[in-house]
Amino acid sequence: MAAELLIRNGVVYDPINGVKGEKKDIFIRDGKIVESVSNPKVIDAEGRVIMPGGVDIHAHVAGGKVNSGRLMRPEDGRKGIEPKTKVCRVQSGYSVPNTFATGYRYARMGYTFVMEAAMPPLAARHTHEEMIDIPILDNAAMPLIDNNWMTLEYIKSGNTDLLAAYIAWMIKATKGYGVKVVNPGGTEAWAWGKNCNLHDTVPYFDVTPAEIVKGLAEATEKFEMPHSIHVHTNMLGHPGNFEVTTDTYDLVKGIKPYRDRPAMHATHTQFHAYGGTTWKDFESQATHITDYVNANDHVSIDIGSIVLGDTTTMTADGPMEYDLYQITGRKWTNCDVELETGSGITPFLYSGKSPVNTIQWAIGQELALLIKDPWKVALTTDHPNAGPFIGYPIIISMLMSKKRRDELAEDVHKVIFDRTVLPSIDREYDLYEIAIITRGMTAKTLGLAEHGKGHLGVGADADLAIYDMTPEERDAGKIQKAFLNTKYTIKAGEIVVKDGEVVAAPPGKTIFVTPECEQSLMDEMLVTLKDKFDKYYSVTFNNYPVQDAYLPNPYEIKAPMRG
Amino acid sequence: MAEITDVVCSLCGCVCDDIVVEVEDNKVTKVKRGACSVGKSKLLGHERIKTPMLRENGELKEVSYDEAIKKAAEILYKSRRPLLYGWSSTVCEADRVGVELAEDLGGVVDNTASVCHGPSVLAIQDVGLPSCTLGEIKNRADLIIYWGANPAAAHANHMKRYSYVSKGFWTAEGKKNKKLVVVDVRQTMTSKMADVFLQIEQGKDYQIFSALRAILRGHGDVVPDNVGGIAKEQLLEVADMVKEAKFGITFFGMGVTHTGARHNNIVNAIQFTRAAHLFGKWSIMPMRGHYNVTGFNQVCCWQTGFPFSVDLTRGYPWYNPGETSSTDLLARGDCDSALIIASDPGAHFPGAALRHLAKIPVIQIDPFANPTTEFADVIIPSTISGIESPGGVYRMDNIPLRLRKILDTDYYIPDEEIVERIMEEVRALRAKEGE
Repeated sequence: MAAELLIRNGVVYDPINGVKGEKKDIFIRDGKIVESVSNPKVIDAEGRVIMPGGVDIHAHVAGGKVNSGRLMRPEDGRKGIEPKTKVCRVQSGYSVPNTFATGYRYARMGYTFVMEAAMPPLAARHTHEEMIDIPILDNAAMPLIDNNWMTLEYIKSGNTDLLAAYIAWMIKATKGYGVKVVNPGGTEAWAWGKNCNLHDTVPYFDVTPAEIVKGLAEATEKFEMPHSIHVHTNMLGHPGNFEVTTDTYDLVKGIKPYRDRPAMHATHTQFHAYGGTTWKDFESQATHITDYVNANDHVSIDIGSIVLGDTTTMTADGPMEYDLYQITGRKWTNCDVELETGSGITPFLYSGKSPVNTIQWAIGQELALLIKDPWKVALTTDHPNAGPFIGYPIIISMLMSKKRRDELAEDVHKVIFDRTVLPSIDREYDLYEIAIITRGMTAKTLGLAEHGKGHLGVGADADLAIYDMTPEERDAGKIQKAFLNTKYTIKAGEIVVKDGEVVAAPPGKTIFVTPECEQSLMDEMLVTLKDKFDKYYSVTFNNYPVQDAYLPNPYEIKAPMRG
Repeated sequence: MAEITDVVCSLCGCVCDDIVVEVEDNKVTKVKRGACSVGKSKLLGHERIKTPMLRENGELKEVSYDEAIKKAAEILYKSRRPLLYGWSSTVCEADRVGVELAEDLGGVVDNTASVCHGPSVLAIQDVGLPSCTLGEIKNRADLIIYWGANPAAAHANHMKRYSYVSKGFWTAEGKKNKKLVVVDVRQTMTSKMADVFLQIEQGKDYQIFSALRAILRGHGDVVPDNVGGIAKEQLLEVADMVKEAKFGITFFGMGVTHTGARHNNIVNAIQFTRAAHLFGKWSIMPMRGHYNVTGFNQVCCWQTGFPFSVDLTRGYPWYNPGETSSTDLLARGDCDSALIIASDPGAHFPGAALRHLAKIPVIQIDPFANPTTEFADVIIPSTISGIESPGGVYRMDNIPLRLRKILDTDYYIPDEEIVERIMEEVRALRAKEGE
């Protein structure tokens, strides 16, 4: 690794620092951005576009369900096979790439951080073991804390302080990053083969999903948490779910977040913006969502945009995967996790010939194009649920080019013209806005900007992408190509990709949060928790927490209780 | 004397983690609770391989670790297509390096699933696997089926910790409010406990799964009076039990994976689970044998994209069980050396495969001697994982646990370090040749 690097003649898009396409030199020393250098290796960017390393706010890249997807789908593995090289390990997979390919392909797109979006706490070691084997990318993972019996009991008793203690213990025990919520209450109901809507009562526990969301948001904000609760709302993928979605947003309206971020991040919103009553009268209700987000500041979203083609769906929303399998009749894997959560996996083909899939495909773009402030919206495909992350450049090219969208509208089902508003939208994203939805907003919303991610200010991690295009480029095909394979990707000051090829694959670091809870609260909570371990868990309390051996490159963020 | 709690057992796929032992003078003197008799025997320790050995002119000669590792590396480096087999009774850390070594050498990496639950994996690749963790069963299950499995003998704590006899949240009275169905070709210790025991004809599992599916799907009229030795009335009775269950589970063992229709049996078992799911919550789970057979499949899958039988001779992962599985490769004479770790093909492989294995140079890494030792050419003893060294393992329900180190050793080396040192030697040989 060259200790010093100077990048000349690039056109820099660094939204967190307000840098909007300025020609500017970048100085790097010992893996960080600095003010000047003395004897650097020089890269001449020759007028190309430079952005901070991409920060993915939500993807499923490591852990039990991702690997179950790989195991279940050798036919997907076969699609992405590449031999080892001097630098790279073997690669396989398209929608469920192996861990090595995951790191290389993200890096080639200029990404340097990924958030694993759903870590079942009991299987947290698995998630971490796979993250060790994802090269290049820094990473973090969010434990699922919403269907846990402890959570449900504290919600019922209304004891938010003890709930906060439980959250703190869980995030620490799993070396996690924040509070993930997936179909609150519904996944516990699924353990008996049932599901829950927002105001239904969870079987036995006598609480509603709405109460769970509100309680978890309040408990989370008792700490100086970098990120808000991260919510997959109830009724994912069901026609007519759009009102449930915004009703869920409403729940956190009065909650004061710890810092300048919303009190809720609502994820893969495309799946939650559906109108109609059945698949027959299915329609886009993206405008219902975007009107809400435009009018309010307490919620941010990511789009979960569809990439047409075959993919592997996977989520802790077990009942949703069962419904999907009932529609397709394809293979279906399920794994309910004792006292905590569940998961389901099934393959799915998004076809432009299908009216429903066409509407879904339009919704993701509508969400991005109709939300006025790009700081409220992130680019995701909920990898691999709406499509693999390798499809990001396609989505970028569509957001940047009305012409491309018009061309593609002719290829998909004609329903796009009467059940979506996409063809009527003229807005085109510029590069600054693309930089916001792929690094600025995501780093800020996750609370990672002050830890050196997602920007190029002095002191930041020297993670950046040099795309092989000039700011004037308007050809959608060329834009897509540039965002798929960088000219250079630099990670912690080291050149990891050059001319689209991975040239170095250093390990990334795992970022985890340590909420610091008052000891008396913790002690009181532990009495109840230990009883759960003694009676109901199938592992012991002492064998549960993730050991330090699973984080060879740890980075800790402390989250004290708010004064 | 010291008491150590929360010891994690490195014997079978149950991976019991609530064991309490007493340690004195660096020896386990007593297993106070938690372990079954087999687990206890492992913890208390028995005869092991004392030193590394090389076979010269048919005789084993004691050598140093350095010598044995060097010799192992030479054999592997010279091979055109080495087989790296076993990996199920060691930790994930060793499995990770094992896959890397196979990649580096251009060999084939495979684990014992190849000859046990490999057919289950093929079935999952066909239809998926609706399942759950063992604690779910403990807390909720009211109907438990063991099919072609005899846990009372092979997974002695299974029923007590996780299923029929365990007590959980909705099952506080233990077996009192549960039903046990056992399906097997002969009476077993497990079948003696069953509410219903279906003693079926050998190889008729597929037909019986089909009959139960037909009844559950409302097509009982097509089921003949007797299927595989079981009267239709009895099948109707079991189907009724399935329909009434709130939470059911089918555990299946080698009695189903390796008879008759093999992986198609499991496809049918999973389809039976899907049919049962129309009435209540139903799951299905393979009774995995070795304590980390599941873990190797996990590691191999996230590293190569495929769970076992991965051929890396072309530089990329190629998965085609039947072609790339150990017994088939060996029977065809398609491997010219083998590294056998944490397993015993000598006792378990079919004759045709063993005949070739006996002809080619074999490296064995294991704490314990077994029939494979009888023909191995390089023998490298390792620490006993879970006693002398820590590491990650996956329980039969894919729950990851970490084995603890409870005794010290100043001589034996952990599997992952042995494999890593072999890899370093191989790379040194390659670098030397490149000069």
